[in-house]
Amino acid sequence: MVPLSYYLVLSGFLFACGVTGFLIKRNILTIFMSIELMLNGVNLSFVAFAAHWHALAGQIFVFFVMVVAAAEAAVGLAIIIAVYRTRETLNVDQVNLLKL
Amino acid sequence: MISVHLILFLAFGAVCVAGAINLLAQTHPINSALSLIAVMAALAGEYLLLGAEFVAAVQVIVYAGAIMVLFVFVIMLLNAGVEERTQGSRVAVLIGIPGMLLGSVLVAWVLLRHSGTEAVAAGALPGDPKTIGQLLFHEFLLPFEITSILILIAIMGAVVLASKPPTSPAGGPARKVD
Repeated sequence: MVPLSYYLVLSGFLFACGVTGFLIKRNILTIFMSIELMLNGVNLSFVAFAAHWHALAGQIFVFFVMVVAAAEAAVGLAIIIAVYRTRETLNVDQVNLLKL
Repeated sequence: MISVHLILFLAFGAVCVAGAINLLAQTHPINSALSLIAVMAALAGEYLLLGAEFVAAVQVIVYAGAIMVLFVFVIMLLNAGVEERTQGSRVAVLIGIPGMLLGSVLVAWVLLRHSGTEAVAAGALPGDPKTIGQLLFHEFLLPFEITSILILIAIMGAVVLASKPPTSPAGGPARKVD
């Protein structure tokens, strides 16, 4: 048996890693991956709480989070391709204008 | 007393932590993507330990499969290279790494101190596809249908954004052909 708090600590660590990656990375693709890491950390705490409180709705919510993450990945990667086509760079320091 | 359950939790958790740290440490996006796949596969193991079989399967198929294949495909398409360090990124590393450690330690301390030691039993909750499906198509039918519209909009948005812009717009001056 594993205490609930262990799962939550792991989830919090994954989320913290995601936030840090979002802040310190300069490649737009790696920043996007850090967002996925944050979503995964939140999903773990959803499933852990669902098991702890015997509420199956938590797992349904993880399913919806995954659907939104898939939609976000498709649109986000399309935006990254569009940015690369106009700027020819993936470094976020050089992408500082909304105007094309 | 150390149970098999705890040992499995620690093994999968170690893979998760190592993968997440490796994602931050690597400078090439393809290495970061591969370590993120390792994190997601290990998380599927954690879901199995919690009895969420359906979520574990979807995690492997959708996250580690579809989404990460999309990432790797875009990395290869754009020929992404090693990221260069700049002044701003050095400042971000100096502030970000201690901030992450502080945040993690704070969360761990609060959780371990203020929560009981009641354990989550393995397979305490039926998370098999049949139960999930019944819940999804009865109680959560409307949100489920709305997500299908969301996916449709995302598909159209991705096609519009990633398609090549017309070389000579209808209103603009036509390009001269030599």
